Amino acid sequence: MNKVDRWLLPDGIEEMLPLQAMQIETLRRRLINLFQRWGYDYVIPPMVEFTDSLLVGLGQDIELLTFKVTDQISGKMMGIRADITPQAARMDAHSLKRKGINRMCYAGHVMHTKMKAPLSSRTPIKVGVELFGEASLDADIEIVSLLLETLKEASIDKQYIDIGHVGIYRALAEAAGLDDEEENALFKLLQTKSMADIHAWIDKHVKDADCRSWLSELPKLSGDIGILNKACELFESAPAEVNVALEELKAVANMIAKRYPKAQCYFDLSELRGYYYHTGIVFGAFAPGVGNAIASGGRYDHIGEAFGRARPATGFDFDLTAVAKLIPAVDERVPGIFVPLCDHVDYWTTIQELREQGERVVCGLSSQTRADEGQFCNRELVEKDGILAVCELS
Amino acid sequence: MSQLTIALTKGRILKETLPLFAAAGIEPLEDIFKSRKLTFETSSPDIRFLILRGTDVPTYVEFGAADVGVSGKDMLLEHGSSAFYEPLNLNISRCRLMTAGIVGQPLPAGRLKVATKYVNLAKRYYAQKGRQVDVIKLYGAMELAPMMDLADEIVDIVDTGNTLRANGLEARDEIAKISSRLIVNKASMKMKHQQIEALIDTMGAVVEENAAAV
Repeated sequence: MNKVDRWLLPDGIEEMLPLQAMQIETLRRRLINLFQRWGYDYVIPPMVEFTDSLLVGLGQDIELLTFKVTDQISGKMMGIRADITPQAARMDAHSLKRKGINRMCYAGHVMHTKMKAPLSSRTPIKVGVELFGEASLDADIEIVSLLLETLKEASIDKQYIDIGHVGIYRALAEAAGLDDEEENALFKLLQTKSMADIHAWIDKHVKDADCRSWLSELPKLSGDIGILNKACELFESAPAEVNVALEELKAVANMIAKRYPKAQCYFDLSELRGYYYHTGIVFGAFAPGVGNAIASGGRYDHIGEAFGRARPATGFDFDLTAVAKLIPAVDERVPGIFVPLCDHVDYWTTIQELREQGERVVCGLSSQTRADEGQFCNRELVEKDGILAVCELS
Repeated sequence: MSQLTIALTKGRILKETLPLFAAAGIEPLEDIFKSRKLTFETSSPDIRFLILRGTDVPTYVEFGAADVGVSGKDMLLEHGSSAFYEPLNLNISRCRLMTAGIVGQPLPAGRLKVATKYVNLAKRYYAQKGRQVDVIKLYGAMELAPMMDLADEIVDIVDTGNTLRANGLEARDEIAKISSRLIVNKASMKMKHQQIEALIDTMGAVVEENAAAV
């Protein structure tokens, strides 16, 4: 690396300059305030922890995304978090041990070994919420509602969300007697919605005629709320879990439609985001101009087991870095007051008073006798006839 | 209604793609083959076409710069992205992706040298077969590589096999059957699903009619 390219940052790693940094920080504060108004307690999980706890039950995707380092003190492997959810699950199961419902929120950087989607950040800032201890749909409805509220708070006028349920595919795969490898292969095909390939695979690997037709229908079941009724008809004689899952989806859909009539909900029964650790309803949020989800979440009832306490759980996280790029950055700073260098004690008292009133006051230094652009000031503190006064900057 | 952008692959695939869209009632407002433009308005006011090189179509759709694309399955296998759906097999521009080598010449033991423009795909295929290979990326005229001893085998698409024969090569194993697919950006599918699903249904009906006519 020579002097010419020493300033280069690695792919997917970015810095935030003042305007953008302030915009992200403002949004972060607003979202944390929103979560607190909904009863979610703010926590700060550590940036790194042992992979034993960080990667528990999350599947290979997250493991590959996680940077790993050796702890020089214990010799054990540590991971830099790629996802905050398992940390929240550990805190709920072990550190907090609340008996009833536990609501938590967080905000912080995560780090990814590679970009999750083209041009996405490898160090995005995620804000999120997790709700532990409630197995009923009330929790799912609360979390989806809070997601929509989060989108509104982030000034995303038109809210697009997609909702699915991993239980449907899981039950159908079990009914069809697929082993882990087959379940995985079909899962990958379903993610492409490639009907030709899906049908060819099913014809080859699934013997039962009913299961064949159910699995073939699955990728076609996407669209507005109407597809849920269609699915109920198609899956009438399917395993009971499928119908339970469909009823759950309907209940959530109806409530969300009542609460947020303007939000556009898309249902997709083969959308299995986070299939390896989710256990129920899963969802994501989208925005025009971003090719992948800006927020995603869902139910994950088993992660707590690894920490000795299985707890029903649901939540979502929201990609603050990606969303901030969507919103035009507005300079919300109020121009400040410049004070030419002066060591008189009266100046100091006045300066502190002005700062307490919320003014931005920039003191001049030996080499800086006049305000320039970087100080962002439109007034100055000057002495006139022995009295200190704030005047327009000449 | 929002604007729908469809990225088409130029060349042979385009000649077979346009009649499908025309049968679905979507026609460019000017002759694509006589114009040097890269974007074209169509008879549907909310749909426009982009004309791209085949390798660029998955990229445009992956980034969401185009909502929908038409791309050969070979490009999709090579691109290997999970950022789009491929809901419809258009059944056009059909051919086979194959390995080929000099007629009658057995493969050497150990590591093979393979010349191809499908680098990722070739690595995956030979790894599945249990062979370690060194892949040499070429951009055209693969058939030359075995003759010049640059490679032991090539991986390429084979239509009639005439070019292989003319250069003393034989087609060996079929890696995949290739045809053009309609691909859709995942986020677009969720945000513009009414428009896109209507397009998939109409195009699907056209493809079925064509299949029935053969």
